[in-house]
Amino acid sequence: MSRYLRFLVPLAIFAVIAAFLFKGLDMNPREIPSPLIGKQVPEFSLPLLEQPGTLITNKDLLGKVYLLNVWATWCVSCRAEHETLVQLGRMNKVDIYGLNWKDERVAAQAWLKQLGNPYAANIFDKKGRTAIDLGVYGAPETFLVDAKGIIHYKHAGPVNPDLIRDKILPMVAELRKKG
Amino acid sequence: MIPEIGHYALILALSLAIIQAVIPLAGTYTNTHSWMALSRPLVWGHLLFLTISTVVLANAFLANDFSVIYVAQHGNTKLPDLYKVSAVWGAHEGSLLLWAFLLAAWSAAIALFSRNLPLPVVARVLSVMGMISIGFLLFLLMTSNPFDRTFPVPFEGRELNPMLQDPGLAIHPPLLYMGYVGFSVAFAFSIAALLGGKLDASWARWSRPWTTVAWVFLTVGIALGSWWAYYELGWGGWWFWDPVENASLMPWLVGTALMHSLAVTEKRGAFKSWTVLLALFAFSLSLLGTFLVRSGVLTSVHSFASDPERGVFILIFLLVAIGGSLMLYAWRAPYISGGGRFDLISRETFLLGNNLLLSVLAGLILLGTLAPLIYDAMEWGKISVGFPWFNKMFVLLTPFLALLMGVGSISRWKHTDAAFLVKQLKVAFIISMVFGLLTLLPMFSGGNLMVGLGMGLAMWVVTSHLVNVKERLKHKAGFNGFLRDLSGGGRSYYGMILAHMGVAMFIVGVTMVSNYGIEQDIRMSPGDTADIAGYEFKFEGVSEFPGPNYNAHRGRFLISKDGEQIAILQPEKRTYFVQTRPMTEAGIDWGLTRDLYVSLGESLGGGDWSMRLYYKPYIRWIWIASIFMGLGGLLAISDRRYRTARKRSRSTSTLTAGSSTTAATESHS
Repeated sequence: MSRYLRFLVPLAIFAVIAAFLFKGLDMNPREIPSPLIGKQVPEFSLPLLEQPGTLITNKDLLGKVYLLNVWATWCVSCRAEHETLVQLGRMNKVDIYGLNWKDERVAAQAWLKQLGNPYAANIFDKKGRTAIDLGVYGAPETFLVDAKGIIHYKHAGPVNPDLIRDKILPMVAELRKKG
Repeated sequence: MIPEIGHYALILALSLAIIQAVIPLAGTYTNTHSWMALSRPLVWGHLLFLTISTVVLANAFLANDFSVIYVAQHGNTKLPDLYKVSAVWGAHEGSLLLWAFLLAAWSAAIALFSRNLPLPVVARVLSVMGMISIGFLLFLLMTSNPFDRTFPVPFEGRELNPMLQDPGLAIHPPLLYMGYVGFSVAFAFSIAALLGGKLDASWARWSRPWTTVAWVFLTVGIALGSWWAYYELGWGGWWFWDPVENASLMPWLVGTALMHSLAVTEKRGAFKSWTVLLALFAFSLSLLGTFLVRSGVLTSVHSFASDPERGVFILIFLLVAIGGSLMLYAWRAPYISGGGRFDLISRETFLLGNNLLLSVLAGLILLGTLAPLIYDAMEWGKISVGFPWFNKMFVLLTPFLALLMGVGSISRWKHTDAAFLVKQLKVAFIISMVFGLLTLLPMFSGGNLMVGLGMGLAMWVVTSHLVNVKERLKHKAGFNGFLRDLSGGGRSYYGMILAHMGVAMFIVGVTMVSNYGIEQDIRMSPGDTADIAGYEFKFEGVSEFPGPNYNAHRGRFLISKDGEQIAILQPEKRTYFVQTRPMTEAGIDWGLTRDLYVSLGESLGGGDWSMRLYYKPYIRWIWIASIFMGLGGLLAISDRRYRTARKRSRSTSTLTAGSSTTAATESHS
């Protein structure tokens, strides 16, 4: 019997390699996982973009699943992803909060008026302190946060409809189910 | 309109490949002579259409037809004609077309040089080649069509990656692919033999020259790539353990093992199932290399456009090709009869050792290359396996290869007296030990063990083979005897010697350059001098000048030794018009015992530049070694044995054809 099994060894080795290769197709080798995944959204207390007099803090966002999108008017890729965000906003499936990063208030408000505003509210991070706490190294970046304020997913670079459909919305549904 | 002809020819080639894969093979089961005989004309038609496709694509580049997306992405009106042609295989789609074209060319070569093979064998082999071709042509047409059009037509093309605009890299991919694809022949012969149930000495004899030719191409292709990386990347390195480089080294190592294993199978009938397995693996690793490069599963500096959708296709292709052939192996190999017996001290044993070492090396590279992927998939975190690990593994195992090489090539088949080996190799061993120890002396290396080991091993390879040649010529009269031997049946023997001398040179080159290489990163102002290894580098400044499709900063260095000027080096930093990435062109003064290498870094303002200056002793030996290996391989396949074998099998061809027909009928029933 072992005489026959012996010749199956190469096939078995190949099967293991193929399984890893198959798994590897879904992975992005350039993706660097955010150390913040599984951690709380860092504390902040910043003015709203829309109303300079009103402050918003991380505690205000507790109690619901939401997306936190880091953007700026000087960021070309943000313009590219904006249409996708507007469409996502129209779907009413998840709240999107914006973190307007190192930007000019007037320019940012004009941008939203001109291109559409998918955001429930925008946090105005003029100095970029909160962005540093979030480990942002370039706009746009998008975080998925649960009701307890814990970050579950981070996407660096512009989001696209496929990503929203295949990854973000399923994760949102799952997080809501967990409560 | 013309690109559509190319596209159409591609589809016709696919249709012919399907017929080529099915009908002749069916013919071997039904014993229909005309079906089997169809394989040759089908292969020629297949090659014709792929030639048309390739020529059409080259023509689109030469004619600046930017309505073809692929041309718009990689062509440009200002691109020199040489690079317009090499742009055909400068990116994903076209390099696949080249793969398919070369596969058809190898198939045609089989059709041409197989007049003496029994028809059922030819039919099976060409069917298998057709099956591989189907995979590649489907891949081309479904995911990577180089003839896709775009509208509106761009005004100008985005040009070939400037890194690839180099004569060395223009011919590197075709050579490498000739090697990769060439292993498909040994693969096809093995599959055919497994299907036909006849694994014998003649199968090994047919496979041998094909394997050697593929190996020669791969050797030279890899060396050319290494040489290119050395002078073009500006880091002065010759091997980076990049996943793509590893992807070419794995089939090379397994191919080397296969060549040696085939020798045992042909001469002694032993190792049959092992040889088949190596043949399957050599080509499987070539395919796997393609997958790794194209799918984006691993990161690499050779980042051709990668795409997960293509990855899925190639993975399915791998599953069918490799999985299928290994299944066939698991099914048929248990019935392969064992070969002749041999003693513990015999050439068979030493070649087995060589085979195991080479396979283990290939396995380790596979492990190191896939480790980041495995870690990621198992969620153990991200790791990268760098050159220290690979280097350690190689330094650990290759000395044993070199030792075996000396002993194995002088021992006899079946049984060798230990006393005979000791008597023959005593002197060689002492000389090598003394030479190794001498190089450890303070005036040479100051006790650097790696240098002693490397030089001792190189000397061992040389001296043990000299003894070997002396022993062979003992009964042949002097130099004339040597010449007669060379024109007679000795070519494969001298080819082996030549290739093994290449290994010795390689060891010398690697040992010297890794232990005595000097590199210096410095800031230089015009007029400054730097002193490296007794050479004075005088920097005269940087000037700008225009190239055909780039602007260049060109530095000027005067190199002198002992006050005497020996060279002027002009390293360049080029900015290409279209793809504005800066490219370095190193300035190199080459020599047999050392290279002097200057590469421009960044401009630091005020005429100052950061510079990288290198002293690279014996680095040329690494590439010259590959020429020796390649020539050795060519000499070996010109051996009279293969020609007489051909004649012999012609005289008995009716008999063999008859017997294999019986075999076919048996397996049918």
